[in-house]
Amino acid sequence: MTPEELIFAETHEWAHIAEQDGGKIATIGISANAVEALTDLVYMDLPAAGTAVTAGNSFGEVESVKATSELYSPMNGEIVEVNTSLPDNLEILNSDPYGEGWIIKVKVSGDTPENLMDYAAYQKQCDEAH
Amino acid sequence: MDSDKQLLKTPLHQWHIDHQGRMVEFAGWSMPVQYTSIIEEHQQTRNSIGMFDVSHMGRLYFSGTNVAEFLDGLTTRRVAGVECGKIRYSLMTNDSGGILDDVLVYHLPDLNGEPFHMMVVNASNRAKIVDWLNERKSGTDIQIDDRTETSAMIAVQGPLANEAVKKLSDVDPDSLPYYTGTTTRICGKEAILSRTGYTGEDGCEIMIPNEDAQLIWDEVFSLAAAAQGGAAGLAARDTLRLEAGMPLYGHELNEATNPAQTDLKFAIQMKGREFVGRTSIAEARKDSDLWIRTGLELEGRRAAREDCKVFHGEQAVGVVTSGSYTPTLQKSISMAYIHPDHRELGTALSVDIRGKLHKATVVKVPFYQRPV
Repeated sequence: MTPEELIFAETHEWAHIAEQDGGKIATIGISANAVEALTDLVYMDLPAAGTAVTAGNSFGEVESVKATSELYSPMNGEIVEVNTSLPDNLEILNSDPYGEGWIIKVKVSGDTPENLMDYAAYQKQCDEAH
Repeated sequence: MDSDKQLLKTPLHQWHIDHQGRMVEFAGWSMPVQYTSIIEEHQQTRNSIGMFDVSHMGRLYFSGTNVAEFLDGLTTRRVAGVECGKIRYSLMTNDSGGILDDVLVYHLPDLNGEPFHMMVVNASNRAKIVDWLNERKSGTDIQIDDRTETSAMIAVQGPLANEAVKKLSDVDPDSLPYYTGTTTRICGKEAILSRTGYTGEDGCEIMIPNEDAQLIWDEVFSLAAAAQGGAAGLAARDTLRLEAGMPLYGHELNEATNPAQTDLKFAIQMKGREFVGRTSIAEARKDSDLWIRTGLELEGRRAAREDCKVFHGEQAVGVVTSGSYTPTLQKSISMAYIHPDHRELGTALSVDIRGKLHKATVVKVPFYQRPV
């Protein structure tokens, strides 16, 4: 996927929304900007499939040599799939953050939260932070 | 960032920015936390040369009568009667034995061979230590010259560090025994050269006036770069010192900690000496419940961070003061203060990391020792 196809949270997670069986499935990951800022990722703690997630709340954490950061869900719903191979292959987040580096898939409930941004708006946020 | 304007800057500040240094506030200074990757900077220090701008460290120069005796009354380790050329790591304690700072006391010759005393203190404690020394020196003729903001300090660390500096220095760093120093010329400029560091590697540290800092940094940097070395930031300095088992003030050491707890026996000399805090250290040594600084190795890659609680079964027996997944050992290690009944090597403990218990084992400190 290209970042232009995704929507972004202020907290640097991305989501890709696809229709499936009359419902919506959101694939969720973290942005290339986030991966670059964290550097030296060593550990990721992920929930199990079946866990409920709430927009804006933590669903896991990622740890670099220096610090621990929360992963926040951009969507409401229930986790249907977890990229369980990712914690042992964190370098994928550097090489393919918007594809193979996906973290969880969520069966979405309710509407897409309004505070999510398109890629251009997200990039603007990142540029202004510098 | 408006707050940036009030921060102190080292003479190498612009160089750090020009070399992708991520600048952060540290003890009132704008300092590079990393340039590229912490792991890369850490490993190049272990394998080749890492260069650290440590100009934020406080540098205090003393003059007057009986300086060594004055400092000896304020340090846990004997610094009076120490031969010229030697450097002593010591703690400074208050009346109740709380650690005010950990410092290096230098007794070095100047370019003419005249001995002088200086001290390097932590950036975060500089104002406190200057005040403390000023209060104690009343009635003496001792003068304290704080040259922190007019001078620079560069740590050149790693197995190839001394070889590089040798090419620029009138004195070969390898000719100085460990923890000694002298005044010499580096790139033709007067400099203090010492065989010291905070990484667990061999190497040296250079102190020069601000105006000579960029020249010397550039010269050492080209030699370092040619040897696959380079600049390293505060983050790598932290993982390096952690592997080397060296305490960091504000984490392992603070005013609530007594030297008797630190497992730094070489830095505490009680016999035949009087110094501020001595009585409290003697008292603390008799307390068999005082938690002692201890090394832990955790299972898995997850790091314990400061304030994580340590358990033996259900019983809380300690607290983590520093922890990281570290690049050379490729293990999650921690320093913690642990009850003396539960710190024997090999003891199985657990650490609460954000609500989950992780298995940990008591291991020896230092975690890493450089190959000889």
